[in-house]
Amino acid sequence: MGLYNKIIKKSIWVFHVSASPCNNCDIEILDLLTPGYDIERFGIKLVGSARHADVLLVTGVVSYKVAPRLKQLYEQAAKPLFVVGIGTCTTGGATFKTSYNKAGIPLEKVIPVNAYVPGCPPKPEAMIDGVVKLLGTLK
Amino acid sequence: MLKYLFYLFVFPGFLFASAFGLIVGWIERKVSARVQFRVGPPFFQNFYDVFKLWGKEIILIRNSPYFLFIIAPIIAFGSVIMTTTLVGMSFFYGVGIGGDLLFIIYLMVIYSVSLILGASSTGNVYSSIGAGREMKMVISDELAFILVLLVPIIHAGYSIDLAKILAYQADNGMIIGSASGIIAFIVGIICIQAKMGLVPFDTAEAETEIVEGPLMEYSGPLLAFWKLAHYMMYVFLPMLLVILFWGGMSFASFGSIMAGIGKYLLIVVLMILIRNTNPRVRIDSAINFFWKWASPLALIAVILAIIGV
Ligand code: SF4
Repeated sequence: MGLYNKIIKKSIWVFHVSASPCNNCDIEILDLLTPGYDIERFGIKLVGSARHADVLLVTGVVSYKVAPRLKQLYEQAAKPLFVVGIGTCTTGGATFKTSYNKAGIPLEKVIPVNAYVPGCPPKPEAMIDGVVKLLGTLK
Repeated sequence: MLKYLFYLFVFPGFLFASAFGLIVGWIERKVSARVQFRVGPPFFQNFYDVFKLWGKEIILIRNSPYFLFIIAPIIAFGSVIMTTTLVGMSFFYGVGIGGDLLFIIYLMVIYSVSLILGASSTGNVYSSIGAGREMKMVISDELAFILVLLVPIIHAGYSIDLAKILAYQADNGMIIGSASGIIAFIVGIICIQAKMGLVPFDTAEAETEIVEGPLMEYSGPLLAFWKLAHYMMYVFLPMLLVILFWGGMSFASFGSIMAGIGKYLLIVVLMILIRNTNPRVRIDSAINFFWKWASPLALIAVILAIIGV
């Protein structure tokens, strides 16, 4: 799959999944997609449907209510698919670490994850860095 | 026979139209990026996108007529290839098949109809909304578009042959020079904007409200067919306007070839700028606009053409 991986690196369509975050990470993701950072330079594009997505950007502690839906979303997206957990919520819970309603700490309890970008919230630069590092592991 | 196969699959048809469409798609993205003070994607971005889509999974929906779901993008793609071949044949070689314009009108409706069928076969709510809106767009822009096509037909002595229309313009000057021609040309640009589903008339695919509507459930190669068909429309619709109103392209000298390409690019960039500087209209205002303003204007152009100005 050498050639294919080379190409998929240059055309990444992301789908933004908000799985019960505090909403701050989502705002940072939207910030990332504004003309200021212009990630279309790298071929990254936001799509509105999980069917078109190559990367799921998941934010938040996955609550028990969201967990089955997140799983369903993962299964409905077309493979090959990568999952990036955005924010400390997906690794350690951040603000919600003592909450009773957390199914996904860390996120891979719910769906397979390829990379994490910790930070509360992470800067857009950190997210670009995370995605670039993830793509660097593709051979 | 071999010549026509070459037309269909290689030069103005499949291969050329795919490659050139993707390049024009890049121009679209790049110009949009420059309008927003961005850098924009690299030259081969659309090629990467389509290549990537070919390697993705196709997801079918159980309990849905998925035969329709699979066949719709292929029919749409085929009809767009045929239209591009027809228009390209008269654009590059100056030959027609006799009933070109009638054929083109039908083929373009086939594209919209297969979009509606494919979208409504999924049962997805957003897709159904998108299909409904697409249907309304067809109802609203079709009349204006046909009236626009009538103007050159009348000028060329009631001929629906693109080659005859080109020959008429070679003898009597471009149709855009006449009063009826310029009105029809302006309405024509608005119509192709609606036919392609570009902003302000992208209500059917509105990404921010109904998330690409009709295309929502498509993935992998089937989505690639839709994207390719969409980009190919960038190839033949401006070409069609150049042929009908602007005298086509002649290969007599280097200057005339450049002029032909310039005319084509001018229309494309105009479309992109309209796309970038307008908000999306609601579906009812789109219908309003086409039935109350665009169609009567085109009708005036037709009457003017009959009088002979
Ligand atoms: S990581 Fe921090 S900013 Fe992000 S969703 Fe969790 S609590 Fe909010």
